Amino acid sequence: MIPLTWYLLVAAALFCIGVYGVLARRNAIAILMAIELMLNAVNLSLVAFWRYLHPERTVGQAFALFVLVVAAAEAAAGLALIISIYRNRETVDVENIDLLRG
Amino acid sequence: MGQIYDFIYNLLPYLGMWLHGFLRSLGLSEEAVFLVVGLIKAFLLANFGLIGFAILTYVERKIVARFQDRLGPNVAGPYGILQPVADGIKLLTKEDTMPAGADRWVYNLAPLIIATCALAPLVVIPFGPGAIGADLHIGVLYALAVGAGALVGVLMAGWGSNNKYALLGAFRAVAQLISYEIPSVLSVVIVVMIAGTMSTVGIVQAQDVPYLFVLPVAALVFLLSGVAEVGRTPFDLLEAESEIVAGFHIEYSGMKFALVFLGEFVHALVVSALFAVLFLGGWRGPWLPPYLWMLIKMSVGIFLFFWLRATLPRIRIDQMLNLNWKFLTPLMILNLIGVALVDKGLRAAGVSGGMWAAGLFLFNMAMLIGALALPGYLGRRARMAALAGEAEAEAVEAPVAAH
Amino acid sequence: MTLIQAVFILFAALTLGAGLMTVLSRHLFHAVLYLILSLVGVAGLFILLEAEFLAGVQVLIYIGAISILIIFAVMLTRGMARNPGPPLNNQSLAAAVIAGLFFILLAPVLAGFPWPTAASGVPADAIEALGRSLVDPNQFALPFELASVMILAALIGAIFIAREKR
Repeated sequence: MIPLTWYLLVAAALFCIGVYGVLARRNAIAILMAIELMLNAVNLSLVAFWRYLHPERTVGQAFALFVLVVAAAEAAAGLALIISIYRNRETVDVENIDLLRG
Repeated sequence: MGQIYDFIYNLLPYLGMWLHGFLRSLGLSEEAVFLVVGLIKAFLLANFGLIGFAILTYVERKIVARFQDRLGPNVAGPYGILQPVADGIKLLTKEDTMPAGADRWVYNLAPLIIATCALAPLVVIPFGPGAIGADLHIGVLYALAVGAGALVGVLMAGWGSNNKYALLGAFRAVAQLISYEIPSVLSVVIVVMIAGTMSTVGIVQAQDVPYLFVLPVAALVFLLSGVAEVGRTPFDLLEAESEIVAGFHIEYSGMKFALVFLGEFVHALVVSALFAVLFLGGWRGPWLPPYLWMLIKMSVGIFLFFWLRATLPRIRIDQMLNLNWKFLTPLMILNLIGVALVDKGLRAAGVSGGMWAAGLFLFNMAMLIGALALPGYLGRRARMAALAGEAEAEAVEAPVAAH
Repeated sequence: MTLIQAVFILFAALTLGAGLMTVLSRHLFHAVLYLILSLVGVAGLFILLEAEFLAGVQVLIYIGAISILIIFAVMLTRGMARNPGPPLNNQSLAAAVIAGLFFILLAPVLAGFPWPTAASGVPADAIEALGRSLVDPNQFALPFELASVMILAALIGAIFIAREKR
């Protein structure tokens, strides 16, 4: 049997890897990928809690499903923004996109 | 006599039981037996897919040739039966190239991913009441999800070739494949809704009347989007051999190209198998053993694919995407709502069995006739408007020209 | 070490290793492929947790759609791929310290807390119950409808923002 803490530790480690990615990467798309990692970590811990604490209820899986849906919508909108920025500034390096004009 | 018939009929479950007993008698624990039996099943299914691919290449060329009033391959062996062997030897002995500047890992892994994601759905195809790789609760969802993994392989092939034509070909291929996933998934959702379960075994067992007659719109759209998903004519813009670029696999030769080609064919095999399971009633049928029925029904789907290839010309990409987004997707959404309402209404009225099937069939036929009549009417209106515009332009020109 | 525990360690190592390579990889396309590998690992963990419907949906949506979207965006913004600069910015050391500290704070809390265990297992008709709960007006019908409206808004917004300017 796998104890609950193992799943939670894996989810926490994945979340911390995502935090590092968001804070330390230069490319905007790489930051978005790190955000997806964080959302996956959240989903993992939600489903682990559902399985070990209240498997007879449907809240856990439904919550994880909605988080997945929100992640999909956010990825779509974020990538559209990144493409639009690339068209205007010719770069997606977040170090260079920190001023409103030029 | 009855015993021999019973043995042939239940061949696959008997084999399974004998194997189980044999492995247990070797002293393995229950878990280890499960693992070994699983590995043997995976081996058998993969071989089924691969040998089916080899046979189908030969059968396709023969059938397409007959449609075109010629003979097809008849040089290698009697009636050309050894043609797949000859093809295999040729592909194995070709030079294994890699374009300069290509990304080694990505370029080499892409055909493997395409082939694997094409073979993986075979696990949930039932060949009889107890003969299935794994009876997952989410059977058809697994088949659809793993099939979608092949898109990643296509993009990897396009990127890893370091060739902008391959990249553009990969873009177009992925655009087509993603677009046609939607009507395909929606038609499967309709079947799951009526059958009440996502497991393939459950869907086959729920089909007292094959769903081809209960849900004809869903069946037709599943077949159509299956043809588009696989990338066969008339939707084979992805690999059009007669166009300038051959698509995303332009830089592949030898065995790697064989793997990509295998992926496409096995995908066609899987789509026919899913069509047989979802709409034709799976292994059900009188008198013949269930696995034979399954093979016969799969052959129906495959023959339809070959027939379409031999008969229809290629569709342009903008016509293809228009067809999907402006016709198939709204049709499937309306069909989903309509079938749900009619099904609930018929059940609430206490109708069941043959009358229920007939009611759904009539509703689907009405929707099909309406759906086919509407574009015809709109097209005729557009043509009339265009003709009227031309007549006006001529009437304006004629007095001017008479001067 | 039972078989299930070995499988768990395999999938967990896959997820974390691929996640680490995603945020450290220099080549952006490789980073996306590592992300896909990490998502496969998470789907495997979902299956171990007996949430098979969620695993199927994860593969279908994350790997079959979102990852492809990210690959398209990578290819469309490829101008600077000829000479990829350093992947990390100048605060990466501080970021590593912060992430490490965060994990060191979380781990004892998660490991030390006596989580209550459930009495029952997953019911046999869990998927059916999930489906019913998504359309039941007393349960999750409202969030379901709101989620579909939100996706529609994101779809329209994304198409509008990423359009070519006339």
